[in-house]
Amino acid sequence: MESFLLKGIENPNSADINFYIEQGGYQALPKALEIAPADVIDMVRKANLRGRGGVGFSAGMKWYFCSLNKNISPKYLIANADEGEPGTFKDRAILEKRPHLLIEGMVIAGYAYGAEYGYIYLRGEYPKAKVILNKAIEEAYSKGYLGYNIIGKGVKFHLMVHQGAGAYICGEASTLLESLEGRRGHPRIPYYRLANVGAWGKPTIVNNVETLSNVPLIIQIGSEEYTKIGPSKSPGPKLFAISGHVNKPGLYELPMGTSLKELIYTHAGGIKGDKKLKAVIPGGISTPVLPADKIDCAMDFDSMKKAGSGLGSGAVIVMDETTCMVKVLWRALKFYEHESCGKCTPCREGTGWLRRIVERIENGKGRDDDIELINDISDNIRDKSFCPLGDGVPIVIDSMLMHFKNEFEEHIKNKGCSLVKT
Amino acid sequence: MLSETAIKEIDEIKARYPDSKAALLPSLYIAQKEFGWLSPEAYVAVSTTLGIPKATVRSVGAFYAMLQHKPMGRNVIRLCTNVSCMILGAERLIDFLKNKYGLEDGGTTPDKRFSLVIMECIGTCGNAPAMLVNDDSYGDLTEQTIEEILAKYS
Repeated sequence: MESFLLKGIENPNSADINFYIEQGGYQALPKALEIAPADVIDMVRKANLRGRGGVGFSAGMKWYFCSLNKNISPKYLIANADEGEPGTFKDRAILEKRPHLLIEGMVIAGYAYGAEYGYIYLRGEYPKAKVILNKAIEEAYSKGYLGYNIIGKGVKFHLMVHQGAGAYICGEASTLLESLEGRRGHPRIPYYRLANVGAWGKPTIVNNVETLSNVPLIIQIGSEEYTKIGPSKSPGPKLFAISGHVNKPGLYELPMGTSLKELIYTHAGGIKGDKKLKAVIPGGISTPVLPADKIDCAMDFDSMKKAGSGLGSGAVIVMDETTCMVKVLWRALKFYEHESCGKCTPCREGTGWLRRIVERIENGKGRDDDIELINDISDNIRDKSFCPLGDGVPIVIDSMLMHFKNEFEEHIKNKGCSLVKT
Repeated sequence: MLSETAIKEIDEIKARYPDSKAALLPSLYIAQKEFGWLSPEAYVAVSTTLGIPKATVRSVGAFYAMLQHKPMGRNVIRLCTNVSCMILGAERLIDFLKNKYGLEDGGTTPDKRFSLVIMECIGTCGNAPAMLVNDDSYGDLTEQTIEEILAKYS
């Protein structure tokens, strides 16, 4: 597959606007501005562009809902660049090496449903990206791709960078808006659709960076051609970020639907040091872990759900036979405990309790009824919190205990970990 | 009080939002840079400049992991220990930093040259184990390369 999202990133000038234009960039934008806004929404909807942040909701549908707020202005577009799902580093490549692809996608999106102001909510841990984005935005303004009268077509879109400061929960859309507006990162009760009541009470779309970066491609080749890239219900080029015990960790642009096995063995060079594969987390830490014999699945939203896991952010973490799954679960729980915003008691307290129990098990102080206790606490978090961070915890626990329960039982029985530590 | 330059920068930032309270997080970054950390003084300065109650300013500042609430060294090492970095040896690097530099999570070297903050995922998993030193990102770390990297920072 010819690369689109990562086209030209080996070139040190890839973030430059002149390089982007030479590559054929900023050609989708004038084309889109010749199409009626409602038809642009229709194109993106028919292309089945699904949110690349991890949930996979139809971007076109979201834009459509937002566009229904006809007499309310201003409308906002937020590029979610808070990439914080452990294992994920795909948006970073676009932000640092192809910022104009994102900018072009954002202007087209804003035009489609009527947003005049855009913010890139950028995680604090990407300081280099802030400098690159600010420069790219300045370049885009100077060439008329942003501003009050974009390429003379009377379309207005202003874009600014807003930097986060180290909070995974701010990657959740409603929480992002809270943080943007100058508050602590607590999610909003999901009563109002953000498309209707979002930033500062106005209709707002929050789209992932990679999602927006697909928009110029859809405009260029049309929705029908786009749905031919991978499975038609979950199409498009996808950035797979693969890490862990593989020979060639890194970012790979491949069609949606590429097999997880192919990704690990053909593209990422197989398992390091010829060790045996033990487990794979396929879509970032909040997706169910897959044991080594279950990696014959297609990496697209629907296939991964059928396979008992999830595409998530497409962040693949590969673990070999030297990995202690109890320790991995402990680290995942430590992450959730740290990142829990504290609003909901089950999540705030439960993550800590779970982490301490698994820590005891890892350190040889596990008790016979610990697994039952873990399931009980997990049950009391599931469906009992405002936001998906709470839901992520039972997902991880369930899948770990489903596939690796014996490891936990052995830790308890043998008072510790019997694996050789790396 | 914040410097004139800082106040001017904050004024510019306020203009980017329909509600100036959205300038709070950017202002906290500016104050942290100017005061070295978010001291009580820094909070008063931000509160005064933006006209936001001190309690609110403190409450927001306390939420975010990259805002510092004690004096930091001249260079801040942010080392990741999340799953990909952990299974590729991040914990050995923590031991190394402790033994060689006397650094622990949240601590600062006696000569104030380095501070260490243990991080959640910093999005450098393809080059795990990884760290940030100030605004610079480093991956594929070993004890040796960490030493070479840190030698560049005074």
